[in-house]
Amino acid sequence: MSQQERREAAVRLLLDAGAPASVPPGLHAEAVRRGTRALRRRALARRLLWLLLCAAAVAFCVWAVTAQPWAEPPSETTPPLTRW
Amino acid sequence: MRERQAAQQARRAREFQAFVAGAAGRLLHAATLLTGEPPDANPRARALLTRSLAATYASWDRLRGEDPYERARTHLAVHYARGAWRHRGRGGLLARLSPVERLVLVLRLYEGVAEEQTAALLGLPLERVRTVSARAVAAVLHPPRGPAPAAPPALGEATSS
Repeated sequence: MSQQERREAAVRLLLDAGAPASVPPGLHAEAVRRGTRALRRRALARRLLWLLLCAAAVAFCVWAVTAQPWAEPPSETTPPLTRW
Repeated sequence: MRERQAAQQARRAREFQAFVAGAAGRLLHAATLLTGEPPDANPRARALLTRSLAATYASWDRLRGEDPYERARTHLAVHYARGAWRHRGRGGLLARLSPVERLVLVLRLYEGVAEEQTAALLGLPLERVRTVSARAVAAVLHPPRGPAPAAPPALGEATSS
């Protein structure tokens, strides 16, 4: 056993001694309450993000159908055909 | 769908209760060591433990075969590290040590986590963990005299391990 290991064993003994007397009684209930709240908040945030994504998709579709950006715009450079 | 959700919730509640009943005492001891409070007056350690247990509960369903105690310990270390500047020692065993020294000492010696895992968890290089550990051990075994907190001695011993 090296010097370092002996010292570490001594510190380990010091750390193990003197445990807190008791766990507070409401600990489990409080942890569950907070954990549930965090889960609910997370679910809500996820739902909001999905909603936003769907709204964006719908808005894009509506815009695409009305504006039809793939259709070739009517030419404006050719002179109008007059006096045939 | 709703029934399955309710069943899952009930199972989670049952498992979590059993886990807390078994592990809370040890985790509270670790938290008390981290906050540097005396064992019988540890409000900060209790708050820290409540927060880490809540985080453990929230991630319970994503715990695929992993040890829940390890998860809770990780949450404890992370929550402690986030609020470390608020934890000045208050008469506990490790009150004189800096937050990093306390973290390394508690993880390595009290919890028995390997040096490599400690380094990975804290995001420190392995040599740094060894150095800090040796310095903390020296500071605990030979507390400096006087009210001035911890001018840690014996940096040179770090290389001997």
